[in-house]
Amino acid sequence: MSFLKKSPWVLHYAATSCNGCDIELLACLTPLYDVERLGIVNTGNPKHADIFLVTGSVNEESRKVVENLYAQMPDPKVVVAIGACALSGGIFRDAYNVYGGIDQVLPVDVYVPGCAARPEAIIDGVVQALGILEERAKERKRQRRMVRA
Amino acid sequence: MSAYTWWLAIGFLVLGPLVGALLAGIDRILTARMQSRKGPPLLQPVYDVLKLLEKDTLVVTHLQSLYLWGFLFFMLISGFILFLGSDLLLSLFALTVSGIFLCLAAYSTNSPYSNIGSARELMLTMAYEPMLIMVALGFFLVSGSFRVSDIVQGSPWQVLQLGGILIGFLFVLTIKLRKSPFDLSASHHGHQELVKGITTDLSGTDLALVEIGHWYENVILLGWLYLFFAPWGLAVALPISIVLFFAEVLVDNTHARLTWSSALRVSWWVTVLFGVTNLLVLPLIGHSS
Amino acid sequence: MFPIIFLMGFPLVAGLAIAAAPDAETRGRWVRLSVALIALVSVLLALSSMGEAPRFFALGEGTQHGFDLAITAASLALALVLLYFCRRIRPREWYIPVLILLQTGLMLAVEFAAEHPEVEHALYVDSFSALMALIIGGVGGLICIHAIRYMQDYQAHAEGISDRRPAFFFMLFLFLGAMFGIVFANHLLWLFFFWEVTTLCSFWLISYSGTEEAVRNGFRALGLNLVGGVAFAGALVWLTMGPGLHTWELDRLVDAGSTLALIPAVLIAVAGLAKSAQLPFSSWLLGAMVAPTPISALLHSSTMVKAGVFLLVKLAPVFHGTFAGFSLSLIGGVTFLVTSLIAVNQRNAKLVLAYSTIANLGLIVMCAGIGTTATLWAAILLILFHAVAKALLFLGVGTTEHLIGSRDIEDMEGLVYRHPTMAAMLLVGVLGMFLAPFGMLLSKYTCFQAFLTVDVMPGAGVLLAAILAFGSAPTLFFWSKWMGKLVAVPRSAPSPEPKIPRDEWIALVSLTVVTYVACALFPLADLAFVQPYTQALVDSGLIPASADRIPWETIVLMSVMLAGLFTLPLAFWLRRPQYAEVSGYLSGANVSGGASFRGAMGLERQVESRSYYLQSFIHEVPLMRYALIGSALLVILMLGAGL
Repeated sequence: MSFLKKSPWVLHYAATSCNGCDIELLACLTPLYDVERLGIVNTGNPKHADIFLVTGSVNEESRKVVENLYAQMPDPKVVVAIGACALSGGIFRDAYNVYGGIDQVLPVDVYVPGCAARPEAIIDGVVQALGILEERAKERKRQRRMVRA
Repeated sequence: MSAYTWWLAIGFLVLGPLVGALLAGIDRILTARMQSRKGPPLLQPVYDVLKLLEKDTLVVTHLQSLYLWGFLFFMLISGFILFLGSDLLLSLFALTVSGIFLCLAAYSTNSPYSNIGSARELMLTMAYEPMLIMVALGFFLVSGSFRVSDIVQGSPWQVLQLGGILIGFLFVLTIKLRKSPFDLSASHHGHQELVKGITTDLSGTDLALVEIGHWYENVILLGWLYLFFAPWGLAVALPISIVLFFAEVLVDNTHARLTWSSALRVSWWVTVLFGVTNLLVLPLIGHSS
Repeated sequence: MFPIIFLMGFPLVAGLAIAAAPDAETRGRWVRLSVALIALVSVLLALSSMGEAPRFFALGEGTQHGFDLAITAASLALALVLLYFCRRIRPREWYIPVLILLQTGLMLAVEFAAEHPEVEHALYVDSFSALMALIIGGVGGLICIHAIRYMQDYQAHAEGISDRRPAFFFMLFLFLGAMFGIVFANHLLWLFFFWEVTTLCSFWLISYSGTEEAVRNGFRALGLNLVGGVAFAGALVWLTMGPGLHTWELDRLVDAGSTLALIPAVLIAVAGLAKSAQLPFSSWLLGAMVAPTPISALLHSSTMVKAGVFLLVKLAPVFHGTFAGFSLSLIGGVTFLVTSLIAVNQRNAKLVLAYSTIANLGLIVMCAGIGTTATLWAAILLILFHAVAKALLFLGVGTTEHLIGSRDIEDMEGLVYRHPTMAAMLLVGVLGMFLAPFGMLLSKYTCFQAFLTVDVMPGAGVLLAAILAFGSAPTLFFWSKWMGKLVAVPRSAPSPEPKIPRDEWIALVSLTVVTYVACALFPLADLAFVQPYTQALVDSGLIPASADRIPWETIVLMSVMLAGLFTLPLAFWLRRPQYAEVSGYLSGANVSGGASFRGAMGLERQVESRSYYLQSFIHEVPLMRYALIGSALLVILMLGAGL
């Protein structure tokens, strides 16, 4: 069993979001939802994080940041897109200045819908991400063994 | 040094991380309860470290791992000396060296957050170091020796004689445990102005080493606290010191962070008012040596 | 006795020969040869006096008389030379010629007194002075070797500074000779003469470049050391004409103990304080930073300042248990605390070194003023370790300056990657200065214990221990942040820089090895040099015997730490972890790695971060002012307590 499942540390980035989803995401940390029960910690630092939670529709400026943050996260890692904008651009989809969806710039693993996404949905998305994370961890371990051999 | 202390010292090396992890786990649960949360499982710190060991490690420079080895090595030495019943002052010096190696690891990455974190960590070291020395000097004056094995067998009144020193020690313990209001070198909650300060650019195995080092450090500090009450015997002294140790959690949750200059000023004043004064009036209280 | 005479006389001869050398090539060769000879003889002397009781040498009556005459004549010549140099003084430096005249007057009064004490033993060697000789010959010699190449670069870079290298090397060797004189002379008049020779040499060497600043600083050094010289001459007058003790011999002075010898001892202590740059006399040492780096290294590590503390440690049995001695300790304590704090403010590496030198000497003075077995032990080991590590650091900073073109600590960022060897040597020097398990820390450790057992007055010991605790904290801060700069990875790929020249390399590597070995073998140095000295003092009843030795397990643990510091890098080098590299965290705004980020308005900005210098917390100027007033009062208190 991988311990990744017991201690998922998340990094939260608002890529040009309206902050609606961000508020909901932070609500998960409050006593009502208390995700620390599950060992989830909001690290605020890509180098410590396992799960990248991104909100917003991503424009040119935030694209560079999202890419940098993703590159600085150590493997294995997963990306969770949160909210309508992060999924597809939402109501900004047709705006000239947005990419419209995180998957335009990063490989997204889990999509959490909603405008704004509800805390329950976000927690559910993270739990789904844990399954993928564990798969990746196994894969990673196999790769390392092969490199050594 | 007897066979017993040898076992104790080896026990520290082997079981130290486990005890330290339990302390950290209780700390997290207590904090959660104070915030009306349920909090993580008791073994959460262990899960965290095991996970970090599973993860890849990204480094800014390869040498950062070397400095972390130094950090852990001197931490082990420091605790080993303490639990062997050997020299308290020497244990303190080793602890300091260990802290400096951690700062070097952060400095070596040369990112602004790590730099500020390690500069602040050094500043905090400067703040608490005199008080820790006062503790050792206080024990020397009441028991006539820097040796832990002598201090443990000191007079039952030593905690009263060293009342001021104990207050001062509890004060700097807050700094040493990186608790608010002195959590300015590596904030507990990463999403703040300093990110994770001194550990910002450490990841994977490197970060796990730091965590393990901190577990050892917690045990060492608990050991120091225990020394004040040690003459009363394990059954009384250990619960008292554990209660006092976790009183820091309350302080942590009820105080806002101070700036480095006030942290430095306040801790030096506390050292003078409680530590030095206590040493000066010690002859009046009467010492047993 | 031959090696002593050789060590005192040969540097003068060698200096003259080197000054007369036809070209730079020959001069370099002769310097190396002479240094090798001096070092060899001092090592032989040290080996032969390991663990020995003090030996005193009486010269034949005729010889001694001849030497006496020669030294009197040389003293007068020295005074004339100093007066001649005074032609360049400013009006506000009027006191310098006055002090010279005063001091010469006092000396003449002593020389031609109606009756003067007979000197039985003019020279001596004990294990302490043998250790000093080892430091002077070894460390001082390496500095001379370093200077060969350094001065070549210095002259090449320095526009408009006349090339006076022949005289420069003559002065260096004269300096070494005078230092040997100080540690071997039992005849106080001779000792005083050598003392004044070091004053002259330091003045000349500090003002070497001939710039206005250098000359002014040279005169300041001269003036402050002359104050000490006058006090020393005053002590000689007292010993010749005063009531009570009537002697010209150092050992008799020390043997007389505090009841008889305290008055001359406090007067000589003033001279010792001035020479070892303690507050309130410390400003000359900071001014000496204008001199070429080998000079700073020489003044700070093995000579000059060490002459001051050498004499204070010698006189420690007289101070033991007296209030005057406690005041002396407090002067050292104030110096230690204040200069450690001020060093935090400094960005210039040489100034950091200068303040830390003053601070460490303060620590030695603290020990000397207490004068128990343990503090003398600590003081002597401090002298040894400080000499080695500080010489290494000074020469290291000098070489680094030539390599990177700056002595600003901020510019040394990433030296571990740009010049690994150079950085490793600097790191060993820095570690040697303050960290466990190196020697300096060992001495501090002993001091804590020793201070607490002081019983001159209630609370005295606690006061000294508290000063030591509070002074050590900033020490830790400023050394660590310097190391932090050295180990920081450069944000952009470094450009290739020149290599370390051979002579400088030899000196630096030897000093690094010595720093390491001195720590590893310190129990041996303790057994061979320190214990015999303190034991002799205990045997003659001057200081109380003390049972506390550093327990063996402490030494074992220290050795484990030292071994760890050595094996960890080795293990790392052998089994390097294979991790992927990534740039530093910049909130995801990185543009080119960790070197630049996207700032406001989308502009690319360079990352810059500087160390903390706490200038808003530690205010150098007012702090220094209070410290000067305080220490001046303490000097008066010490004199008052002595007289």
